[in-house]
Amino acid sequence: MEDHLAEILSTHTGRRSELIPILQEAQEKFGYLSDDVIAEVAEFTHVPESTVFGVASFYTQFRFVPQGRNLISVCRGTACHVRGAPMILDEVSRQLSIEDGGTTPDLEYTLETVACIGCCALAPCLTVNGKVEAKLNPKKVKDLLAKEKANEV
Amino acid sequence: MKFEEIAQTAKEEWDALQASAKPSIVVGTATCGRAAGAMEVMEALRNELKEREIEANIMETGCFGLCDAEPLITIKGPGGPSVWYRNVTPEMAGKLVEEHIVKGSPVAEHALGAAGDGQVDGLTAMSDLPMLKFQVRRILFNCGVVDPSNINHYIATGGYQALNKVVSGMSPEDIIDEITRSGLRGLGGAGFPVGRKWDSCRRVPSDVRYVVCNADEGDPGAFQDRSVLEGDPYSVVEGMTIAGYAIGAQKGYIYVRAEYPLAVERLENATAQAKEKGLMGKNILGSGFDFDLEIFQGAGAFVCGESTALVLSIEGKRGMPKPLPRPRTTEVGLWDMPTLLNNVKSYSIVPWILTKGADQFASLGTERCKGTAVFSLTGKMANCGLIEVPMGTTLRQIIYDIGGGIPKGKAFKAVQTGGPSGGCLPAELLDTQVDFDKLTAAGAIMGSGGMVVMDEDTCMVDVARYFLDFTQKESCGECSLCRLGTLQMLQTLEAIVAGEGDPDDIDMLLELGEAIKTGSICGLGQSAPNPALTTIRYFRHEYEAHIHEKKCPARVCKDLISYVISADKCKACMICLRECPVDAIRGAKKEVHVIDQDKCIRCGVCMSVCPERFGAVECIPGRLTEADNA
Repeated sequence: MEDHLAEILSTHTGRRSELIPILQEAQEKFGYLSDDVIAEVAEFTHVPESTVFGVASFYTQFRFVPQGRNLISVCRGTACHVRGAPMILDEVSRQLSIEDGGTTPDLEYTLETVACIGCCALAPCLTVNGKVEAKLNPKKVKDLLAKEKANEV
Repeated sequence: MKFEEIAQTAKEEWDALQASAKPSIVVGTATCGRAAGAMEVMEALRNELKEREIEANIMETGCFGLCDAEPLITIKGPGGPSVWYRNVTPEMAGKLVEEHIVKGSPVAEHALGAAGDGQVDGLTAMSDLPMLKFQVRRILFNCGVVDPSNINHYIATGGYQALNKVVSGMSPEDIIDEITRSGLRGLGGAGFPVGRKWDSCRRVPSDVRYVVCNADEGDPGAFQDRSVLEGDPYSVVEGMTIAGYAIGAQKGYIYVRAEYPLAVERLENATAQAKEKGLMGKNILGSGFDFDLEIFQGAGAFVCGESTALVLSIEGKRGMPKPLPRPRTTEVGLWDMPTLLNNVKSYSIVPWILTKGADQFASLGTERCKGTAVFSLTGKMANCGLIEVPMGTTLRQIIYDIGGGIPKGKAFKAVQTGGPSGGCLPAELLDTQVDFDKLTAAGAIMGSGGMVVMDEDTCMVDVARYFLDFTQKESCGECSLCRLGTLQMLQTLEAIVAGEGDPDDIDMLLELGEAIKTGSICGLGQSAPNPALTTIRYFRHEYEAHIHEKKCPARVCKDLISYVISADKCKACMICLRECPVDAIRGAKKEVHVIDQDKCIRCGVCMSVCPERFGAVECIPGRLTEADNA
């Protein structure tokens, strides 16, 4: 891990304004921001660890726990909401037995909600590892997840 | 290189493409098109062409705004008109190539319309489509038309003429005067006069100034800034460069959401190409003017749409609005230097204004709001999409003439504009003209341009709860009224939708809402109560039904609805019985199914699996119990 972080840091000079881009690159690389990463970024940018954590935790993009191998993002945009997104979220949550923001104990799935995927005409929708599944209803969600789980094995 | 030479090269490339003897295929590959499968369609088309050994020009383009038609492609001759095909799938690729390109006969059944030379029997002209007919595309001029990763396309269609005109003879005062005369108001939502903002930033004595573009489109349900960035990034880059020249800045930042990777990619490409052509960087077009742009990816915080918060975010800090009293960002902004902050669309229209003139810009619009407005039209609409209309167009024209009205024969209930900071307007106000002042007077706002249409099946209390949930989570916590007040409002709304509302709740929401508006220092807090306040103002009866009758009239709130199976329609097919996740459905083959109301969790699965031809499962307002089944 240290090598990778050093590689990221080597493209920056340590200015305060680079803090967020550095954290973004680190998360891109490791999937989340561990305590070690935060400590090292703090040293590099000459700001206290608490400040780095304060900045990172302010923004929704940053995660502090590892993410599942598969990421399911349910859109909670307005268009999706009025077309039934809460039912979709409930169904995913029921099928995977995790809440919004949770990860399955086997680290297979992480469930999150996102502000807007940006394909409102396809509402309600979600993405599985970035691939959009459109015009859903609870039944389609159930089938989709059954298929996903079958693919896993 | 001189601009004339740059323009000549660009024109030659563009003309050659237009006159090419090869057939051409244009695929809309903006985020929305990709979500619908555009990349797979493009791949399939390539394969089909390869198999037949046909050489064709395949071009990617941005969003044309017809979301329901995605993936949307255009096929042209050689010769003959261009035909637009809608909802193209990879499976259709073979047929389209064979029929249209090989045999020269367009496939009418998949066509949306035709444009260009000559008509095709049975096809509507694109310009006659209701969705397009009423639009005036200035900001969206290039979106869905040119290749947004090729600067020559932008230049060939008139791009960079404005920058050339500016650096080769206009004084900063002339530019600001032209923008002021045009009447352009900030298109990010607040509507502050753009010319005045530029002027005040220019007047602050300083050696260093910054130009910043707010592309942190955080409003859920709005995607117009993304579409402009993806479909016409050069216009934003050119607009910012001109702004830099006008206010005396040499450096600019585009603050764009990290959730918009394609927009980031297009912007990076656009700035690199502009530099290559000498349209950015040192000594632009030999004028001695230097300007550089950096792209900053926002890490996800709605409050960073506020100017002081956005500035802090670029500085690498928590994006919390600076306390009042504070100087304007135009005076003390990024790293305490005077900073000009405008929205994506405000910058992208600048080249248009300087090329065509302030008068032509001001020829459209209302008395106090000139030009056009871009909206993301979504929700319960027949035609969802990205549209641009003159300021002053009525909501009714947008929803019915352009959007095609409400699908499935449902009744219109409300239109929500301005996202979490906006409001919901009822049918009585459909003749309201859209502009900054008139929407605000009605209780909504223009905002970033999200427009979500709601029908009879949308619960207005739930909508208010939805937006409060959003703003409460996004509140940065600085002002106690916003931090605690939005939470209190949210909890009250949650109680109401759960059937635990108190008769005093409505008055409490109104009182608290007003207090939050006056007691918050930034736009987020000042507008967070709006969705609740406007829904109470216009749909109070729905609140009352939830509180007094414990019913959700729109059949949305799970605790105040019930699913029932109509004994007349049920064919006892066992599907719902098998699919019910909590085994709440009784019955057997040839025995009508019944939902155990005490076990039912109102997930709606039974309704979604009941075959459409039966339609036996019904959702009704009010909560039944097993006693009602007896």
